[in-house]
Amino acid sequence: MGRNRQPVKLNMKRIIVSFLLLFIIIISVKQNAFAYSSDPKKFIEEIIEEAKVVLSSGSSQDIKAKELSKIAIKTVDVQGLAYYTLGKKRKEINPEELEKYENLFEKYFLKSFTSRLTDYSDPKIDVLSSETVSDKYTIVKTMLLKTSKKPEVKIDWRVYTKNPEKPLIRDLIVEGLSLARTQKEEFASILSANNNDINVLFEALENFINK
Amino acid sequence: MSKRLKLIFSVLAISIAIYAPQLSAAEKYTANECFERFSRATLKFNQGLDKAIFKPIAKGYRALPVPIRSGTSNFVNNLRSLLTFSNNVLQGDFRGASNTAGRFAINTTVGILGFFDPAAKMGFEKKGREDFGQTLGVWGADTGCYFVLPIFGPTTTRDAFGLVGNVFIDPFYQLTHNTETDIVIGNDNLSEHNYYYYRGTDAVDFRSKNIESLESIEKNSIDFYASIKSLYLQDRSQKISNSPISDKSQDDSEWEEIDNQ
Repeated sequence: MGRNRQPVKLNMKRIIVSFLLLFIIIISVKQNAFAYSSDPKKFIEEIIEEAKVVLSSGSSQDIKAKELSKIAIKTVDVQGLAYYTLGKKRKEINPEELEKYENLFEKYFLKSFTSRLTDYSDPKIDVLSSETVSDKYTIVKTMLLKTSKKPEVKIDWRVYTKNPEKPLIRDLIVEGLSLARTQKEEFASILSANNNDINVLFEALENFINK
Repeated sequence: MSKRLKLIFSVLAISIAIYAPQLSAAEKYTANECFERFSRATLKFNQGLDKAIFKPIAKGYRALPVPIRSGTSNFVNNLRSLLTFSNNVLQGDFRGASNTAGRFAINTTVGILGFFDPAAKMGFEKKGREDFGQTLGVWGADTGCYFVLPIFGPTTTRDAFGLVGNVFIDPFYQLTHNTETDIVIGNDNLSEHNYYYYRGTDAVDFRSKNIESLESIEKNSIDFYASIKSLYLQDRSQKISNSPISDKSQDDSEWEEIDNQ
């Protein structure tokens, strides 16, 4: 009897250990996927670290772009940016057009964002300080360190903190120049040059996404 | 008073006369177009010129060893600080002027004609450049309209005036072009072409530091002209106010609207 009970005990142990391991893995994967710090400075530090791992990996540009897109989706207020960059025009278009714009903008944003980042293989960024400018916004100041080819670049991250538990990036201010504002003015220029026709903007976005 | 000095004072007097009524004008990020079709064509022309001439030169310059590039950059920045000094004074920024003068004196002597920057280590902080367009902005001049000049690139009515004004208030230009100062201080070697060598080197140095950033803007823009316009106007605005956008209380009314939607 004793001889027969031993394997059962061992199997039970194995099952329990396997479940525990699986549980730990699931928890850690979940935490890695969603648990960014609620402190804006740490939040940016974590994003930079995550992006650095992707950029310095030996993966292809396509895989890097996909990984960076995942980070961006979790940490950037893409929908807010979509509305902001469309300006007042968002009030003039119908819900179907707005939905189409949101979809196109997300694809455009991710392609443009990852394309800018994948040019860097091993960026060295120092997170310098953070400044709470209002109850909704904190500016996190960072510095992209100079290399033998490129000068140092000041990058300020405008972090939206209305929900303190889930900060989101709303703008990048590179050497004092707002990328969100630039994007907004670019879209406005396309619209104003084409009788405010939203379809021309759709076409321009589609061309960029497909090129 | 020499003819040149008379001309300088005339330019200043005209500038003040033109702009004084608008002293309270707030600095803007936007500007109307003067002649957009012409500006778009000029930008394309400039891009072609850049691709054929300036970018290859900048790439060649970048192939030089870092100490040479760094020394050259320091040297032209040191000469350029003379124009900054004039504008510091015209803007009434005497603290800035003393910092600029201190940096120039130390870097020209201890820093061996400006090739090194010991002043930064001695507490004389390296600050941004000032030009006459910025000075007009500080005096309250309105931006005017936006256009693109061949070779010189994006500008506004105010900055185009500034471009002309810069020549007259740049001490290095005066040293190299004014025959009277040649006699007074005996600067036989400072002939006119030295000024253009310095300006050309400064432009190449600037271009070499921005090869990737310009490529990235070009690659990721759906309207390159509009991107350049926006970046130029933002840059000028922050240079005039001497504070980056993120440090100001931004106009968040549009974001507020989105949040409450």
